[in-house]
Amino acid sequence: MLHLAESQPRTDTETVLSVENLKAYYQMNYFGVSREVRAVDDVTLAIRRNEIYGIAGESSSGKSTLIKTIAGAIQPPLRVVSGSVTFNFAGKPLDVYGAPEAMKDARWRHLSYIMQGSMNVLNPVRRVKHAFHDFAFAHMGLANTAFWGRVREHLKRLGLDPRVLDSYPHQLSGGMRQRLTIALATVCEPEFIIADEPTTALDVLVQQDVLALIKDVQQRMGSSIIFVTHDMTVHAAIADRIGIVYAGRLVEEGPTEDVFAKPQHPYTVHLISSLPRLGDVTRRKALPGKPPNLSDPPAACRFHPRCPLAVDRCRTENPPLVPRASGRVACWRAGEAEVS
Amino acid sequence: MSTLLELANVTKTFSVGGLFDRSKVEAVKGAGFTLDDARPEIFTIVGESGSGKTTIARMILGNESPTSGTIRFMGEDVAGLRSRRQRLAFMARVQPIFQNPFEAFNPLTTLDYYLYATARRFLQVDKAEADEAMDRALGHVGLSLAEVKGRYSHELSGGQLQRIAVARALIPGPKLIVADEPVSMVDASLRMSIVNLFRTLRDELGVSIIYITHDLATAYYISDRVIIMHRGDIVEAGDAKAVLDHPNHAYSLALKNAVLPPDPVAARKALEMRRSVSSAA
Repeated sequence: MLHLAESQPRTDTETVLSVENLKAYYQMNYFGVSREVRAVDDVTLAIRRNEIYGIAGESSSGKSTLIKTIAGAIQPPLRVVSGSVTFNFAGKPLDVYGAPEAMKDARWRHLSYIMQGSMNVLNPVRRVKHAFHDFAFAHMGLANTAFWGRVREHLKRLGLDPRVLDSYPHQLSGGMRQRLTIALATVCEPEFIIADEPTTALDVLVQQDVLALIKDVQQRMGSSIIFVTHDMTVHAAIADRIGIVYAGRLVEEGPTEDVFAKPQHPYTVHLISSLPRLGDVTRRKALPGKPPNLSDPPAACRFHPRCPLAVDRCRTENPPLVPRASGRVACWRAGEAEVS
Repeated sequence: MSTLLELANVTKTFSVGGLFDRSKVEAVKGAGFTLDDARPEIFTIVGESGSGKTTIARMILGNESPTSGTIRFMGEDVAGLRSRRQRLAFMARVQPIFQNPFEAFNPLTTLDYYLYATARRFLQVDKAEADEAMDRALGHVGLSLAEVKGRYSHELSGGQLQRIAVARALIPGPKLIVADEPVSMVDASLRMSIVNLFRTLRDELGVSIIYITHDLATAYYISDRVIIMHRGDIVEAGDAKAVLDHPNHAYSLALKNAVLPPDPVAARKALEMRRSVSSAA
């Protein structure tokens, strides 16, 4: 369908996005009661060119807030308290919170977004082509005919019939709509794509097609993708590196193979050993307790109330994210838990 | 041997479209299976969206009546339940669990009120006895009334809410629980707590469960028997392990191949296969 030979060789070690000590809190003040939800707490990560970086974590772990902050799409009560987010587009550094005008230009042109609910992206009472016009026309800088030529060609490359442009969203199936949102996000050939749970609402068969499409597009364009989902099997299939987020903090990061083969953090160990496998009916343990409340998180290591390995140190001292083996991990007892 | 639930040649047809372009959609075509009363089991219906699995669930719950064929629950025709008393007695024995726990609970009332309403309606008891029944039901799902009392649905995680939904279903002491995609809106890390709970219910309370899903991995993990549906037809049925280890029908095989293995090397290989198939097509 797509030809890999089209992709130009690029240096894959170059950093496209660097996030440093990012803290983003929801600060609310109602009727004299102030509340602070630390949804992103001291996250540092770097994403290289031509790589798919998976972010895994349960709901309310702050992973959506993290990507919102990275995209610069924040609104009160969410505030960036400290830290920086810097992109490197076409060789030029771009500070998301330092240069709002430049960020506006880069949006969609260099940085785009694949959203979860495809029905929420496409306007139900307008034909699909209007979405393409609204999202991409201003950023492509092409004349009308050239623009539609590019859009049609792009849809064809993604295995979609260009006639879908004239249909309304309700006439298309869920998988088709999700493919359209991918086409929409990639039509400008951006260098960086944020994908927020793009396959979660889909059936298994359609999910695999959508994943294959994302991988195809990424390899052809050589873009970097942040891929957010709570489904570890999706990460296994598509991510080059994975970052595990727990209660607003990055607790483990590493190449996908290594994280699956030898997870270091007890939370990652749990995530991986709780996955059901075809052909295996041994009883899987569920994690006790509940996800922490981010407005009042547990002290020190936030995982300690649910951690089977917790010792006194975990309750008093927060473990830093330090290099270990081929990645980084934040745990006092890293590498001690075994995958069952 | 007595049968708990019997579906005989059940067909459901919906008409769609307006006045002039009416057409008929057969959501379920001649479905039939039986559940045994003496041997509680987890019976799984697998299929993609539009395969008719939810329509079957709605018919078993009595929310839709079949176009042809009969559904009998403990010998009684479900479509023939007319009086309020008959309906209540039936609902006490067949309880549903829905897909999205965030939508199943009213956000403006406390969770214990919801449980209390169920207790009072089906058990016809006073407050103290209702509290006891609620606490017992919550105990089965690993919670207690003290933890839930006065809480609203937005204060709890999806996994916990779904456990409360299961507890609510347990209050009248049902024989059968129909769970329509109970884990698809729940985080992968909390999924196992719900799925394990179904096993416990079957083993300890003797409740049969009809588990509807499109996820073959959890289906394999908990089911005793499975049927695979495709566009309204049951394409394959039988013992879960036998069917899923050696699927015969092309569609079941495709479904099985679409399950991503939780291992990067195998998962990537599966995705590569899919890509080469779709580029050939």
